[in-house]
Amino acid sequence: MDALTPLELDLSTSTLREVNATLHAPDLDADTVVVRHPAGKHSVAVGLTKPISVTIDGHVGYYAAGMNQAADVVINGNAGVGVAENMMSGSVWVKGSASQSAGATAHGGLLVIEGDAAARCGISMKGVDIVVGGSIGHMSAFMAQAGTLVVRGDAGDALGDSIYEARLYVRGTVASLGADCVAKEMGPEHHEQLAALLKAAGHDDDTHEYTRYGSSRTLYHFHVDNASAY
Amino acid sequence: MCGIVGLHLRTPDLYPRLGELLTGMLCEMQDRGSDSAGVAVYGDPRWSPPGHATVSILDTPLGAAELAVAIGAVLGEPVEVIDADPTFVVNAPVGVEALRSAVASAVPEALVIGFGEDLAVLKGVGHPRDLADRFGLEHAQGWQGVGHTRMATESAVTPAGCHPYATGPDQCMVHNGSFHNYATIRRDLVARGMHFDSENDTEVGARFVAQCLQDGMDIETSLKELCRTFDGFYTLLVSNKDSFAVVRDAIACKPAVIAETGDWVAMASEYRALVGLPGIETARIFEPEPEQVYAWTR
Repeated sequence: MDALTPLELDLSTSTLREVNATLHAPDLDADTVVVRHPAGKHSVAVGLTKPISVTIDGHVGYYAAGMNQAADVVINGNAGVGVAENMMSGSVWVKGSASQSAGATAHGGLLVIEGDAAARCGISMKGVDIVVGGSIGHMSAFMAQAGTLVVRGDAGDALGDSIYEARLYVRGTVASLGADCVAKEMGPEHHEQLAALLKAAGHDDDTHEYTRYGSSRTLYHFHVDNASAY
Repeated sequence: MCGIVGLHLRTPDLYPRLGELLTGMLCEMQDRGSDSAGVAVYGDPRWSPPGHATVSILDTPLGAAELAVAIGAVLGEPVEVIDADPTFVVNAPVGVEALRSAVASAVPEALVIGFGEDLAVLKGVGHPRDLADRFGLEHAQGWQGVGHTRMATESAVTPAGCHPYATGPDQCMVHNGSFHNYATIRRDLVARGMHFDSENDTEVGARFVAQCLQDGMDIETSLKELCRTFDGFYTLLVSNKDSFAVVRDAIACKPAVIAETGDWVAMASEYRALVGLPGIETARIFEPEPEQVYAWTR
């Protein structure tokens, strides 16, 4: 299939609603879209449902590419709160750093953050894969249920508090682990999974430098003896 | 919510543009709060002429000319009163304390919202864009300014509930968030003889920091003391005659972005408030870490 003409949208001359409506249009006649001048606006390119490539050329505000399904979104800048929140599939690639709650509650897809992610990265993640090039802030992967969080730098306090079955791989130091989160052995399947995710994000690290963290599964069911751990 | 913005200029080339840049930043944050708004401007030659003390007041039934006569009569010196509706900015070629006490005795019912040698505070109930126009903010000059757009939570929408809170000479605080144990702290401070103008939580924080500074602590130590004493959610921007400081609580759920170039340091609740600053394309942009004090001095 021949590539369709790349479409250029400009948030300095169009409203956010016009830009998002164009991206949502059932008859969208482009498979590659560039959005210029986002200027930190919120909710840019949210709710996409088609396998298109969208490049947002600049810094974005809150919830950029939220609820993404099937689209591949690249943000040429930093992202505000909740980038790729509740993503279902596709990918979101942040060239800069991300604010808090990156990839929150996301069910699937790949979120790559080349810089740092702030607090609560991957909070309540439900299946997404997240690769952070730098470090992550406190309370990341809080109540993380499924999916994988890879951190090439350090993690802040209370990593993986009340975690369920998500896998966390951290190369650097962890300021502290949250309740019920523990370091675990790296088996061959973990090295393989980590190497594949690093590769998908454009990295070639030695997976032996990483430590895996996950749930010790002691808080799954309420037991009165654990009351103080919640 | 609430929105906060601040701009600390390093190059005098930009001083004439302070008001224009601050207006853009403040108005971009108006959808984080439009119950009230306010700014503090350091070094505007009209509001705070060199060699003069400046006192900013709100909530007075008198007009500018009547205020000038009433305050001038007490002071025995010529007094200039600028109508920056709804605020009045009073200045006179005397010491700050002399002007403050003259204002207090001439118009005891007025709310003093700021005082110092270089600081003018303008605030009021209303929409940020409308207030910025009424203040004439766009034409302001100076080396430093902060602003606040309020979505009221802890106290009523009244003139006394507006930010900034300027409770010490040339000092000012703006706050996004809510303090939770402020009533307890206020009770202690009242017992030590401190007076409060409002029921607002931020006023307690501002008076606490002013007390720390008066006790001889530097701004960094004062803000660490605030973190140790206050419980709640906060991103704070605290400015002084010669400094500009940012701190967030340990949970850090209230947003903050700092951008820095060789020409200026700026802080805002959201990045979009910073996009109009000259050189933002190449600025170093970062989010302040929880409970870490970031301070810049002139």
